[in-house]
Amino acid sequence: MTLPVETIPVGLSGSQAVAQAMRQINPDVVAAYPITPSTNIVEKFSEFAANGEVDTEFLAVESEHSAMSACIAAAAAGARAHTVTSSQGLAFMWEALYVASGLRLPIVLHAANRALSAPLSIFGEHSDTMGARDSGWVQLYAENGQEAYDNALMAVRIAEHPDVMLPVLETQDGYTVSHSMERIELLPDDAARRFVGAYQPRYSLLDTRNPISLGNIVSPAHLFEMKRQVAEAMDKALEVIASVGQEFQHLTGRSHGLIEGYCLEDAEVVMVLLGATAGTARVAVDSLRAQGKPVGLLKIRSFRPFPVQQVAEALQGKAAVAAMDKAFSFGASGGPLFQDVCAALHRNGICIPLVNYVYGIGGREAMPTDLVQVFSDLERGAERGWSETSIRYLALRE
Amino acid sequence: MNNKRMDLSHWRTMPIGGVITQPGNSAQYETGGWRALRPVVDMEKCTHCMICWIYCPDSSVLVEDMKFVAFDLAHCKGCGICAFECPPKAIQMVQEGHFTRES
Amino acid sequence: MKMNLRELSQQQDLLAPGHRLCAGCMESVVVRQVLQIAGPHTIVANATGCLEVSTSAYPYTSWNVPWFHSLFENAAASIAGIEAAYKALLKRGRLAQEQPMNFVVFGGDGGTYDIGFQALSGAIERGHRFLYVCLNNEAYMNTGIQRSSASPAGTWTTTSPVGTKVIGKSQPRKNLTRIIAAHDAPYVAQASPHLWKDLMRKVGRALEVQGPTFINVLAPCPRGWRTPDDLGIQLGRVAVDTCVWPLYEVEQGIWRLNHRPREKKPVEEWLKVQGRFSHLLLPQNRQLLQRFQAEVDREWAELLAACDKSPHPAGRREDE
Repeated sequence: MTLPVETIPVGLSGSQAVAQAMRQINPDVVAAYPITPSTNIVEKFSEFAANGEVDTEFLAVESEHSAMSACIAAAAAGARAHTVTSSQGLAFMWEALYVASGLRLPIVLHAANRALSAPLSIFGEHSDTMGARDSGWVQLYAENGQEAYDNALMAVRIAEHPDVMLPVLETQDGYTVSHSMERIELLPDDAARRFVGAYQPRYSLLDTRNPISLGNIVSPAHLFEMKRQVAEAMDKALEVIASVGQEFQHLTGRSHGLIEGYCLEDAEVVMVLLGATAGTARVAVDSLRAQGKPVGLLKIRSFRPFPVQQVAEALQGKAAVAAMDKAFSFGASGGPLFQDVCAALHRNGICIPLVNYVYGIGGREAMPTDLVQVFSDLERGAERGWSETSIRYLALRE
Repeated sequence: MNNKRMDLSHWRTMPIGGVITQPGNSAQYETGGWRALRPVVDMEKCTHCMICWIYCPDSSVLVEDMKFVAFDLAHCKGCGICAFECPPKAIQMVQEGHFTRES
Repeated sequence: MKMNLRELSQQQDLLAPGHRLCAGCMESVVVRQVLQIAGPHTIVANATGCLEVSTSAYPYTSWNVPWFHSLFENAAASIAGIEAAYKALLKRGRLAQEQPMNFVVFGGDGGTYDIGFQALSGAIERGHRFLYVCLNNEAYMNTGIQRSSASPAGTWTTTSPVGTKVIGKSQPRKNLTRIIAAHDAPYVAQASPHLWKDLMRKVGRALEVQGPTFINVLAPCPRGWRTPDDLGIQLGRVAVDTCVWPLYEVEQGIWRLNHRPREKKPVEEWLKVQGRFSHLLLPQNRQLLQRFQAEVDREWAELLAACDKSPHPAGRREDE
């Protein structure tokens, strides 16, 4: 086989792209419930199942809580189990997310981000996945449909890696990516299957000759050690995400690391963010660079585990940084991304102005002009200093 | 993997996910100390009907070759169901204190 | 199917001793009876509750079969996942042993009637193959005796205490067995561990079904019911004789009463032996006792009517 493989270009939405990845993975079990804006992933997969394009045991369960519960039990029985959700569905699964990581089950959740109620919003932002950031799940954020497809395939290898054995959430911005048509380069089916490989479970509930008990009650004498193991696996995931990304690059020519810089090296002011808005930020960066402004972008792909070292190294020596949060973290020093960037800098003794912008809440898209404004704020601040460092809200009617 | 001894000394050695690979190992945990009353059987009356065996909450009626052998005193909690249900009334519940001096 | 106690006693006990269930708890008696019939190729999913915590105190387990617990309300969703995994792996030739297997759930009334109801309803609707055994001790016992929808009206629990304004639980109990029968599950039954032969026959029957099955089993609780440790089996007899817990089955929509008491006893016989009902025997609470009797009578009449209506050629079948 010559590498990189010849990919197949198709016009697909982000949801359809992930559904294609799921088709190629052909999990043993998929238990899922529809919710906007990830519904189309489940619908598409149901079509594949109905047409025999996959032979997955597809459970159209009665709720997201049961979806995750069924996946957990199926994974414990030695099956490769995947699910799909957003927003309220992810919130409903919340207690089960901790079960999945605590029992070390390599489930993959394909998500499309959406605001959390109340009041109700079906539009894209990151509150839902941010709510799960402490749950022991690996979290990968895609900038576009291509990355969502790529992440969906790599997620399997990351989750099932013997040093990791943790569930992985790969997500794309609701509507912005999930419902936008793009040119997606699909891997040929056999190449995708070979890349993903076969699931080698450590143990199985179905092995009645070697009965296991799983999910016991644990006293203070032992729980701390078990959770320490999860923390260790999360640390190991940093290396694994990078190495799986390298293998994928070798296969496809497309590179996916823990982070990605754009015009970063010589930038003086930098915007740090997750997901789809990186695409808009590139446009803003290009327009400012055309005017000779030394601006740059740091996109974070792996939010959990947070690439502390890589982020610190990338931002060292910059004059000012904006951390862009597409979610609130009410009552905290700033949004979730801001908190992690701040800690990464502090841990490495890097003291540079770091400003937090909350944007995009309830699906209010950040336009290139908004982001250009952020860069000029950073520029001005870097020159004249900062009068106040409270959280700023982008495009909010104030 | 079956019956593999689990090394719980350190987080690096414990089986991941809290999985227990030794089925039925609770037999190593002795609940006999819970007892205030001990079942005592009069073998003259015992008909080996197995009623005490099927009704014991603690799997503590030991049988062999379809015959009653003994109560598992390491685990019997002294609930008294066996004595209550025994059709020929072959079982008496006796104060545990009577036995402590001997054992 | 072996139903001779002496022969059964030669099989390995699939529930080991050394668990932390109270002395005289009926849950383990039921589990032992179920597993005698289900056998070693049984995967058990267990909801959070007394049975689960007492048989799984890490690093010990009392289970000699594969056993799984994750959350309180999802035991039925768990068994759905396990059954789906089995089907997938069997189809793909990835099972270590191609062995017919039983999928059994144990859940208390808390995890079944209340918080677990949704998952159970969904699993039945989707037609998964499993046997769900509800261990009904009529309250949330594991957390210290709180009311469930299975608690009859008037029951003392810590969340339905006997006060000056409200005396015990206000609402009558939910008839879950009837609700599951209304799901058109292929096999639904009520049982009690005192009639071990009836219980075990029902387990055997349920496990033959290629679909969802449900057996609701009365599991007297000495702690929560305030009864002597040695009365657990006898309480089952009283429950049946007072028609508080009738033994019946519904098979493919045909209702069949399995045991008719020779003489239907008044509910006082049931109430007087349990501390949780002692207030109902006080003269000033006469109306509550009458309400209790009326509830039992109403449900008994409905059950008889359902059995009468059922087109069974032999009429009501009554076994001991």
